Amino acid sequence: MRLKINGKNRTVKCPLDKRLLDLLREDLRLTGTKEGCGEGECGACSVVLNGEAVNSCLILVGQLNDGDEILTVEGLEKTPLGKKIQKSFMKAGAVQCGFCTPGMLMAAYALLKKNKKPKKSEIEDGIAGNLCRCTGYKKIVEAIAMCTK
Amino acid sequence: MVRRIDAIEKVTGAAIYAEDIFLPDMIYAVPLFAPHPHAKIISIDTAKAKVVRGVVGIFTASDVPGELRTGGVVQDHYIFAKDVTRYSGDVVAMIAAETLEAAREARDKVDIKFEPLPALFSPVDAMKPGAPKIHPERENNICCHYPVRHGDTDAGFKKSDKIIEREYKTQHVEHAYLEPEGCVAIANADGSVTVRGGMQHPFTAQKFTARATGLPVNKVQIIQTTLGGGFGGKDDTISIICARAAIITLKTKRPVKIIYTREESVRESYKRHPFHVKFKAGVTKDGKLQALEANIVADAGAYCSTSPFVIWRPTVQCTGPYIYPNVKCDSYAVYTNNTFTGAMRGFGSPQINFAIESFIDELAAEINADPIEFRRKNFFTQGCTTHTGQKFDNHKVAIAEVVNAALEKFDWNEKFGKCSRGAPDANGNYYGIGMACSYRGVSLGHEGKDFCAAIIKITPDAKVELEVGVAENCQGLKTVMANICAKELGVEVEKIIYKDVDTLSVPDSCPTVASRGTLVGGNAVIDAVRQIKEKMAPVAKNIGAHSSFEDIVSACHSMNIELHALGTWQGPPVSWEETTGQGNAYFTYVYGCQVVELEVEGKSGKVRVKKMLGAHDMGKAINPEMAKGQIFGGMVMGMGFGLKEEIIHKEGVIQNLNFDKYRIVTSAEVPEMEALIVENRDPAGPWGAKALGEPVNELMGGAIANALYYATGVRFRETPIKAETIRTALSLRRSISD
Ligand code: FES
Ligand code: FES
Repeated sequence: MRLKINGKNRTVKCPLDKRLLDLLREDLRLTGTKEGCGEGECGACSVVLNGEAVNSCLILVGQLNDGDEILTVEGLEKTPLGKKIQKSFMKAGAVQCGFCTPGMLMAAYALLKKNKKPKKSEIEDGIAGNLCRCTGYKKIVEAIAMCTK
Repeated sequence: MVRRIDAIEKVTGAAIYAEDIFLPDMIYAVPLFAPHPHAKIISIDTAKAKVVRGVVGIFTASDVPGELRTGGVVQDHYIFAKDVTRYSGDVVAMIAAETLEAAREARDKVDIKFEPLPALFSPVDAMKPGAPKIHPERENNICCHYPVRHGDTDAGFKKSDKIIEREYKTQHVEHAYLEPEGCVAIANADGSVTVRGGMQHPFTAQKFTARATGLPVNKVQIIQTTLGGGFGGKDDTISIICARAAIITLKTKRPVKIIYTREESVRESYKRHPFHVKFKAGVTKDGKLQALEANIVADAGAYCSTSPFVIWRPTVQCTGPYIYPNVKCDSYAVYTNNTFTGAMRGFGSPQINFAIESFIDELAAEINADPIEFRRKNFFTQGCTTHTGQKFDNHKVAIAEVVNAALEKFDWNEKFGKCSRGAPDANGNYYGIGMACSYRGVSLGHEGKDFCAAIIKITPDAKVELEVGVAENCQGLKTVMANICAKELGVEVEKIIYKDVDTLSVPDSCPTVASRGTLVGGNAVIDAVRQIKEKMAPVAKNIGAHSSFEDIVSACHSMNIELHALGTWQGPPVSWEETTGQGNAYFTYVYGCQVVELEVEGKSGKVRVKKMLGAHDMGKAINPEMAKGQIFGGMVMGMGFGLKEEIIHKEGVIQNLNFDKYRIVTSAEVPEMEALIVENRDPAGPWGAKALGEPVNELMGGAIANALYYATGVRFRETPIKAETIRTALSLRRSISD
């Protein structure tokens, strides 16, 4: 199967019942994407698939199509929006232990791609599927709001 | 503003957590849990499991080369259950295989024959005379007991106009660090072992691993990987997992990776102790507290872990920041067959403060006093003597100051007048605000020896290598340490190269718990810098006043003056008399106040938190933005404790092992938040700094219970206060008044 991962064309060969998360982490060694629950509840494994934030622990390789585009935290730097989000997370102090961070960044990326100026409540809803135990979310929401300016 | 020095690798995905380590020839190991919380193991049949393709080995109690039992305080914790299981998270075996899938498949094929034993799931039952003993070598199921005797409570009650008794209960709480436990162990050619993993305290992991493998401590190297959250929860369990990984790698001579799933993590790891608190207090008509009797019973679960410390702290703090001239307190932790309990952010204080602060409001209501005025009348004052006989004259007693600051900022007076007090608005909804405040001993106090070390090495190219014995627990410790070091040395923070804790390099500096990291680490860094500066001073004088740091360093280097120092810090003396509970428990204290505003939907009982504010005296905020981040995170976790979170055991078996059923607060529920930093510099702290990580997590439960009372007129005495409970209480009241 041919996938476009972080802007690069890659041919992957693996069992179809492998989780996308494991394909990324184990086969491609893109270990920035994290596993927090394995059942679609925490968002630590969020990646952007064809423009949508998805939980990669719930997606099997067999559900992907040839030519699908996947963006992970490792690819953010290369996109102007991604870079901006990374910078504002650092600036706003939105990173503590960092385990939720890659997923949060990807959720923020998908949100801002679709909606350039989300309201505070839209940001809060946009990352409601991403759990964070450290920050209380406030600085994460502020970081995303900084990107709308 | 000071940025976190570790943020960049975390936003690029480059940070290495335990699960991100992949090594050639690595095998994977998974735990096989107890089939029943309390049972006799009759046999473990591994024949079918062993033949699963890819299985490398199955390890049980009989494979432990060293001591089978471990523990930080009491060594009662079996790293593999032998003969008997004591809780549902006991591990009977570890299955190692070429792949995770093979290990899991084999796990399902191990056949354990067992015979259930009578089990104890409530501390009250476990305390009864004649109850079956969970640890046969002990006299009974009482794990520890701390008394306090101060004055004469009978005399105090006689002087009182009103005597009030109440009971409060709290729940098992999961730390819910986003990263489950994980480590990778490697057997080295010289017979030593290296374990990399996400632990809060590498030195506990080192001790546990050495004990279990039988290796001398200096043959066990523990290196901390980036930690995905801890909150007190990554100590015993992860240390035991490290020990198991070490045993397997030593036997198989292959790198071993153990990464827990969420379910495995929640099943085995310890929780916050549930408390059952009984208070009896006497108060005069004019609002002066006279006497307090407190009885605290905590569920220790199957093993001791840090129970003695977790019970001791609330014993010391059982009055809250109020003067009671006469106090009698007895606190117990009791063994049961529930999941074992241990350190969690607060160390017993979220539980006891929920009780204390609910009770104070109840006392005020009983004598028709305003809850704030009532508090003010009884607050600790500068130079006062507490119920442990400690005179508070070595630090600023800032309780009134933080409460005033918080209430003023919150517009308390105006909002308090608007509370519904049981009378719903036109839509059937209720509005209320509530507050809670506390004092808290800093660092370990009498719990342990308070020592910390830091190493500074300056390389010839003027880079400063810094290593501190306390570990990064995600709180931003590295950043704070690097900043203290840079400022004291007079160099830019970019020059500091921070080295993660390596147990074979820096001396054991006691656990990074009790919010002690900044204080003890900072002091050790300052001591190391002082020594370096002493070495540099004569050289600097020689080469001229305007020479740069780089010049001085290279001059030192050419003169063979090694810029290398080991800084240390030893805490001021503390004291404790075990039988009467008298003494100077901690060398200094912090003060805090949190306030909450909320609405209750009458029909559903749903609570919408509208605003939370925290005001904390932390001595000095070395990094104010990070300090505020801690306050926000702590309040939100406190909100979860007050309203939502609860590990549910059914006959000792946890029913909610993952986030679908164990719900933590999400971004959609987070209210507006404000953080106030109050600074009264402490003589003992680096630049006057004290502590913050835990005080911010110990107040929201009580504040919420009080706000719900001023909203609905109903007093809730058990956490979490869930919507169903509120709905039932409100409809019961409606049916009574109809
Ligand atoms: S790991 Fe995928 S949602 Fe939690
Ligand atoms: S920063 Fe730790 S979980 Fe979000």
